[in-house]
Amino acid sequence: MKILITGISGTLARGVAHRLAQRGHKVIGIDKRPWPDVPDGVEMHQADIRKRPAEDVFRIARPDALVHMATVTHLSTGTEERYRINLGGTRKLFEYCHEYGVQQAVFVGRHTVYGATPDSPLYHTEDEPPLAGAAFKELADLVAADLYAGSALWRWPEIDTAVLRLCYFLGPSRGGTLASFLSKPRVPLVLGFDPLYQLMHEWDAEEAITMAVESRLRGVFNVAGPPPVPLSTVVSATGKRGVPIPEPLYRRVLGRFGFPYLPDDAIAHVKYPIVIDPQAFSDATGFEPKYSTKQTMEGFRWN
Amino acid sequence: MSILDDEQVRLNVDRLPIRFDEYGFDRFGLSKKTLVRAYSPMAYFYRHYLKVTAFGMENVPASGRALVIANHSGGIGADAAMILTSLILNDEAPRLGQGMAEYFLTRSPFTSQAMTRLGHLTGLPEHGVQLLEDERLVLVFPEGARGAGKLYKDRYKLVRFGTGFMRLALQTGAPIIPCAFIGGEEAFPQLYHIKWLAKLVNGPFVPVAPQLVLFPLPVACQVYYGPPMYFEGDGSEPDHVIRSHVEEVREAMTRLISAGLDARPQSFMFEKMRDPKEDRVR
Repeated sequence: MKILITGISGTLARGVAHRLAQRGHKVIGIDKRPWPDVPDGVEMHQADIRKRPAEDVFRIARPDALVHMATVTHLSTGTEERYRINLGGTRKLFEYCHEYGVQQAVFVGRHTVYGATPDSPLYHTEDEPPLAGAAFKELADLVAADLYAGSALWRWPEIDTAVLRLCYFLGPSRGGTLASFLSKPRVPLVLGFDPLYQLMHEWDAEEAITMAVESRLRGVFNVAGPPPVPLSTVVSATGKRGVPIPEPLYRRVLGRFGFPYLPDDAIAHVKYPIVIDPQAFSDATGFEPKYSTKQTMEGFRWN
Repeated sequence: MSILDDEQVRLNVDRLPIRFDEYGFDRFGLSKKTLVRAYSPMAYFYRHYLKVTAFGMENVPASGRALVIANHSGGIGADAAMILTSLILNDEAPRLGQGMAEYFLTRSPFTSQAMTRLGHLTGLPEHGVQLLEDERLVLVFPEGARGAGKLYKDRYKLVRFGTGFMRLALQTGAPIIPCAFIGGEEAFPQLYHIKWLAKLVNGPFVPVAPQLVLFPLPVACQVYYGPPMYFEGDGSEPDHVIRSHVEEVREAMTRLISAGLDARPQSFMFEKMRDPKEDRVR
């Protein structure tokens, strides 16, 4: 199969590219950022997904499948640019898929789209609406991108579209949202709150995306590994020190005193859990995580 | 052994039919360590202060899903605490009762953390389904806050029942174990409710008892578990069907309560009630 990966220079995407190439697929990548030591069997195009050269890749290479991983978060990108990449880019890519006869599209999204609130249930299922945008405006664009990708299921029914809502991951690349929250020796917690955090090993996450491509999934799926653990356990098992901060002071200390910077609304994600039910994905693909939460966290600690 | 580390509690928590991970947490955030720490002082109160006797423990299954449906008795939560403790201290088959927590508890600091670690999730129907499908024991007081705020003159009269628990039971195929708590209304006789204070603190009610403090008197209490009740259905039945099922549960509870009241030699009893089974063993 000829598979196009957008955002291929990202942490997770590189691993997915390796795995797909190893299994005999022809992998083509697009990214604005370079990937200097791109492995054999992977064809890399340094381009912006919203510009002409990206469309040329579709026209000339004629991929069978698209893995869309070129979405960005507030951690790296400003608001306007985020909307352009996450929504404008996603729209363009699905249009190219339709136009150039791509049979399958996998959108790799995040489980944070469900939002963290005290009155929502644990173990979110795919039929629940993603509510994150209401309380956390920096996630509104990702929620919209997730829903837009899902709308491809009726907009272009000939394409097998899969929307993956992937939980946090940790791994040797030290990339990803949770890794950046744990990047400093001291981690700010909210006093009196200890939400459940769901995380999987980076390699399990790569494997899950690879399996989604190979099993030609259709629909919206939660992707997660082993059961969740409390945030305080995540912090201590990864060798960090949790500093409980009273809620009224929380926003003031972020980005200071050696704490990482977070947007104001992110506090909800440190107070309340976002836990997803990955049963439907496991049933559809047979995916099983190889690494336990303990192995993942301790691997991250000593790596 | 201390008041924060009771041996029987520790042993029984280890025997719970619940899967804990390497860190001592289950998939809902329940913590083994917190269980021992919280239930140990409760076990002390259970044995020496409220001198609780539990009858019909054989009706509680050793494992598998079930709903314990109980009456509210006494307005300050001693009923829930002692029912939960009786389930843990049952040496034949210790179980953890998991309740549905009030919304304001899960959004406030510390209580939110404590509720999760003790296995009491936010009171959402989804959580009830998730717990039962994970073969847990769920404790429900279908009278709600109205029942907890019963005045002494209305003692042991069941108020109107909610129907949510019956739909939950039908949907998950869980048996219902009726449960009666006796003694709470004497341990904390509510004579009056301070309405303006309740409004001020945004709570359901603020009761006044003769002891003037929010703490029960050392009246001996009893817990009765009735035989499990099974109902046919899938939870989508019309209201009148559900209500007639609920009525059956309510009648079973009324019978348990009146039998329990009759068994007491007097209402303000300060001696522990003898368990006939314990006598037989001796």
